[in-house]
Amino acid sequence: MAEFGWYSEKVLEHYQNPRNVGEIKDADGVGVVGNPVCGDMMKITIKIRDDRIEDVKFRTFGCGAAIATTSMVTELVKGKTLEEALQVTNQDVAEALDGLPPIKMHCSLLAEEAIKAAVEDYRDKMANGQ
Amino acid sequence: MKRIYMDHNATTPLREEALEAMLPYLREEFGNASSLHSFGTRARRAVEATREEVAAALGARAREIIFTGCGTESDNQAIKGVAFANRDKGNHVITSRIEHKAVLQTCQYLEKQGFRVTYLPVDEYGLVNPDEVAQAITDRTVLVSVMFANNEVGTIQPVAEIAQVCREKGVYFHTDAVQVVGKLPIDVVKLGVDLLSLSAHKFYGPKGVGALYVRKGVKIDPLLHGGHQERGRRAATENVAGIVGLGKAIELRLGEMEVEAKRLTTLRERLYTGLVARVDHVYLNGHPTQRLPGTLNVCFEYIEGEGIIMGLDLAGVAVSSGSACTSATLSPSHVLLAMGVHPAVAQGSIRFGLGRENTEEDVDYVLETLPPIIERLRAMSMFSPQSPFPEEAGPQRWGH
Repeated sequence: MAEFGWYSEKVLEHYQNPRNVGEIKDADGVGVVGNPVCGDMMKITIKIRDDRIEDVKFRTFGCGAAIATTSMVTELVKGKTLEEALQVTNQDVAEALDGLPPIKMHCSLLAEEAIKAAVEDYRDKMANGQ
Repeated sequence: MKRIYMDHNATTPLREEALEAMLPYLREEFGNASSLHSFGTRARRAVEATREEVAAALGARAREIIFTGCGTESDNQAIKGVAFANRDKGNHVITSRIEHKAVLQTCQYLEKQGFRVTYLPVDEYGLVNPDEVAQAITDRTVLVSVMFANNEVGTIQPVAEIAQVCREKGVYFHTDAVQVVGKLPIDVVKLGVDLLSLSAHKFYGPKGVGALYVRKGVKIDPLLHGGHQERGRRAATENVAGIVGLGKAIELRLGEMEVEAKRLTTLRERLYTGLVARVDHVYLNGHPTQRLPGTLNVCFEYIEGEGIIMGLDLAGVAVSSGSACTSATLSPSHVLLAMGVHPAVAQGSIRFGLGRENTEEDVDYVLETLPPIIERLRAMSMFSPQSPFPEEAGPQRWGH
């Protein structure tokens, strides 16, 4: 069994096979959070159809936990309505990964913030009539 | 699956001969070295014979060696011991910005105790300038502490020059030689150092034992009170087996060090040139030549270090990273920052620590395994040559 830094098997699996990697070219919403100086920065792009997240992609500069949490959050919100997506918390992300080491919980928070930022960006664009 | 250990700066495996030498002192010769009966006497003999060995390995006299519990204790003992014992002479200590935390945080503690500490800068290779040491010394300076070689990047300091500056100004000089003992020859008299720290587990000895060389005549207070051991300089029942293991390990290193240094330098260069040939945007950290034989520290731009060590570990290769994600602090390596490396680039640093068991085959396995990991992480990253790190992230230092 793989062992690395107290990560769960699920974190290692998402690190090895991340879901939804990439960038949607004509995205409806873009969320960028974090800071490369602190070692974690994430970009999530979403495609919205009928108020639902039809497609979602991510790019992450960061540690194994940062990669796994962004990968997991994209899985959790894909196909959900915007309201449902906004309900996803960092705890949900961490639980779906069978837990995270305490010093890595901030990664799950960034993942939550990245989705929220993307949804907000979409709503702002809508409000501005774009 | 293969399991290749390439993190010898963190620790080394205990060598068989050292283990064999230790075993009797964990079994039948368990005596307390302070006891008068035969059990104690045999333990005492073993400790004193080892003291002779360690002294000989460093060009010191046996009475100048104090056995400690680890490299960190040796550093604490040297710095606090000299600072407190010489408080009547002054309250100023000089060190560098790239020291191990055992030195840096001890100095920070001294600041809380009313000492003033100067943290000297280093150049882009991690070198301290002896002239800057001279300029920093005042009539209130009691101690200068500069490491012999850096644990993260391997840069070897001009220790003899710094020692000479200190001697001329009448200031004690301590060097943390934890990464050097057992790798390169050391003669404390020729170097002119007053205090020198070492740790057994960095040169294939056991964990939990170290030593401090204290030149005869240096005024120093003990850290531990409560017994006459180590001539009153370190009260505690001696870790006899550990001390014996340290002695065996240092003795064996003396005979093989020279050949091994050449071998590791060749392996290290094979690894570095191989990486540069296979991967773009990879930068060497540390001095190109004035460096520990087995140490290679590189930054892979656009990705973060922990992801790299994770990928390598899953492929069976153990290396380490000076990046934030290995600690709770989030800030990149203080050593790389002091050398002027862009903080976002510094997050992508990896340290290879080559050692005894590593072979050319191991290096080639890394050269085969690592490039696809880098490629995969870069494909996932939001940064690339087309999407570089933001300028405001820090000072620029590219492509050196």
